[in-house]
Amino acid sequence: MSSAIDNKYVTFKLNKEFYGFPIDKVISIERMQKFTRIPNGPTHLKGVINLRGEVIPLIDLRQKLDMELKEIDNNSRIIIVTEDDIVAGLIVDSSSEVMEIDSGNIDIMPTTENDDATCVSGIGKIENRLIILLELSKLLEN
Amino acid sequence: MDLDISQYINIFVEEAKEHLQNMNEVLLELEKSPSNLGYVNEIFRVAHTIKGMSGTMGFQNMANLTHEMENVLQAARSSEISISGEIIDILFECFDALDTSVNHIVDFGEEDNNTHKPLINRLSELLVENKEVPNNRNSNKEIKMDQYLINALHLARNKGLNAYTIEFTLNESCMLKSARAFIIFNTLETFGDVIYSNPPTEDIEDEKFDLEFSVVLISEYDREEILKELNQISEVDNINLSYIESIDGFPEDDVHLETIENFDKSSTEETKSDRPAQSNLGKIGKTVRVDIDRLDNLMNLVSELIIIKTRMDDLSEKSTGENMTEAIEYLERITTNLHDAVMKVRMVPIERVFNRFPRLVRDLSKELSKEIDLQMSGEETEVDRTVIDEIGDPLIHLIRNSIDHGIELPADRLKVGKPEKGTVILKSYPDGNNVVIEVEDDGRGIERERILKKAIEKGLIDDRESENLSLEDTINLMFLPGFSTSEIVSDVSGRGVGLDVVKSKIESINGSIEVQSIKDKGTKFIIRIPLTLAIIQALLIRLNEEIYAIPLSSVTEIINISEDMIRDVQGQEIVLYRGNTLSILRLKDLLDLEEDKNIEDFVVVVINKGDKQAGLIVDSLIGQQEIVIKGLGKYLNGTRYLSGATILGNGNISLILDVNSLI
Repeated sequence: MSSAIDNKYVTFKLNKEFYGFPIDKVISIERMQKFTRIPNGPTHLKGVINLRGEVIPLIDLRQKLDMELKEIDNNSRIIIVTEDDIVAGLIVDSSSEVMEIDSGNIDIMPTTENDDATCVSGIGKIENRLIILLELSKLLEN
Repeated sequence: MDLDISQYINIFVEEAKEHLQNMNEVLLELEKSPSNLGYVNEIFRVAHTIKGMSGTMGFQNMANLTHEMENVLQAARSSEISISGEIIDILFECFDALDTSVNHIVDFGEEDNNTHKPLINRLSELLVENKEVPNNRNSNKEIKMDQYLINALHLARNKGLNAYTIEFTLNESCMLKSARAFIIFNTLETFGDVIYSNPPTEDIEDEKFDLEFSVVLISEYDREEILKELNQISEVDNINLSYIESIDGFPEDDVHLETIENFDKSSTEETKSDRPAQSNLGKIGKTVRVDIDRLDNLMNLVSELIIIKTRMDDLSEKSTGENMTEAIEYLERITTNLHDAVMKVRMVPIERVFNRFPRLVRDLSKELSKEIDLQMSGEETEVDRTVIDEIGDPLIHLIRNSIDHGIELPADRLKVGKPEKGTVILKSYPDGNNVVIEVEDDGRGIERERILKKAIEKGLIDDRESENLSLEDTINLMFLPGFSTSEIVSDVSGRGVGLDVVKSKIESINGSIEVQSIKDKGTKFIIRIPLTLAIIQALLIRLNEEIYAIPLSSVTEIINISEDMIRDVQGQEIVLYRGNTLSILRLKDLLDLEEDKNIEDFVVVVINKGDKQAGLIVDSLIGQQEIVIKGLGKYLNGTRYLSGATILGNGNISLILDVNSLI
């Protein structure tokens, strides 16, 4: 049973690179929608959205990963993810397909000096593409 | 498998609590009229059911205790002993022990190690002390001749039948004792009628016997034939069959016939009414037992909602104005009703909390030698399930306070011309969106001097401050942490965790508490709690383009002020308001919003937390609205100035301001 979802990743684009989350952490992918600002929150916290009656925090992933900002456009998507009882929406440039990456094709990120701060858990290689795999528990740390 | 067991434990706990609650109520009744055998029967039934249940779950200690209770109650039922105060006290203690055991099971999922030995011993002593005929029911081999048995034996003899006593000893390795016993009974019944068994058949079915049991069989067959058949049953170590020669020592007694009939009737009633009695009772689990009508109503509303949705789909295609408005109005009505219906499903009568108080009052009045009359009303008032969980402890505390501190000793009461018996009134009634609970006593009332003395002693205020305090302010001192007025710190209340805990608990569920007290006449605590925690009345306000909600319960009033009224006192902006100073909070500033410096007239929402007040400057008011509170979730928990969010009619989210953190 578990092998069916074990190696599958939901991939999406940020800047020019492709990123991925394990498929079992992803609840859904939504189009961009209206959100309510949260005062006194961290900068990457855009606000909260109404996801089918639930109030879900919305995080700008570019901002969280210290990338240059980009206007929301028609391709922008919100990936709703869950980790350790937290449900959150992450804004990405565009979403791509679900890919299967064998664990043998995943390189663990070489640790850098400030490895505590990194949100990358590994790099998946598939054909000629590189998929940057993100560590949700790090992303959703407050 | 683990899951399965825990499932059964939940059911067990809920049912056990239900039965215990029932036992508690009936015990209280029995105490009032000890001669009423109906109550004895009821308690017996409950004890029997609990015994069966706990036996099935393997909670042997509970099973043993209830078994012993059953013995005593059985003796009372057959008028061998009469119910005395002592017996009732012990039964109450048994109830407490069972209650503790059940709570232990709730916490740990298994039975505690308390074997209840002292209680069991006292129960069996009761039987020995009180019984005229020595009772050997504990030894399962003895046959106790009661009048029913004797009469049956006489009848058998008159018909020319044989009567035997047969004692069975099962093999120690026997795994399914009750199944083995069942086979024995079945075999016996091919020969004739089993008119008596020790222990009773229901106990044998429940496997509540060691290895031995005995029966009285009336049969036309002779000894050899019966023995031959019985010996073929395996796992039986020993069968001792003897013919009952003489029953002359036990004369047939017409006088007792009536009792026999009664006995018979009550035992059949027992089996019949066991099930329905259960479903009538309340439940104190984590679940809500819902009236089927409420669910039906909910279902109907949902189906109506689906119908109107289809209709709106159709209409949106044609989009003729008038029909659309009509459909939308209809939709609104259904959703409002649906909302009400869902709320009602969560509502339970406050009786669930109240019903433990008669016992509490009984124990306290015994302990403190004060006679107390507890009057309860409005038990049927319904509140949200979550409120029920929270309100119990504060109420217990208030009742204890009333009895311990409020009501005087009987002698003192007589001196001031009050009836010897003190009265505690517990009252509940709905009031708009709130439920009011009052705890009132006719005791000595709150003495201003005593409180002030205590407060000074505890260092809560100093001498000078105390002179200027009004009675109301004085009373509020009691709600400060670490305050306890009882001069002798008693077992009952005054453990230092006093009214401050009560107050914070009530405030945590958005409730409030106030006190009214007249010296020598009594004290009244008035608790006001919201009907539900999920839906509140709120004031919606606008700041730039954003809409925020302020719980209406915290809003005192709305005032208009102009810029020149605001004074700056050491960085804190204040205005003079009704002769008092009121600190002004620029909400936009606090919430990271651009402020328009050109505005000179402000709308100020005055909010309060206890006796503290503050004024919030807002752009404009939108109005009062009922809102559904949504949590912000783990990620956003603890965000400054926010306590939650709500979804407005247009689907947008509005944030709820946390008044406590603003003041």
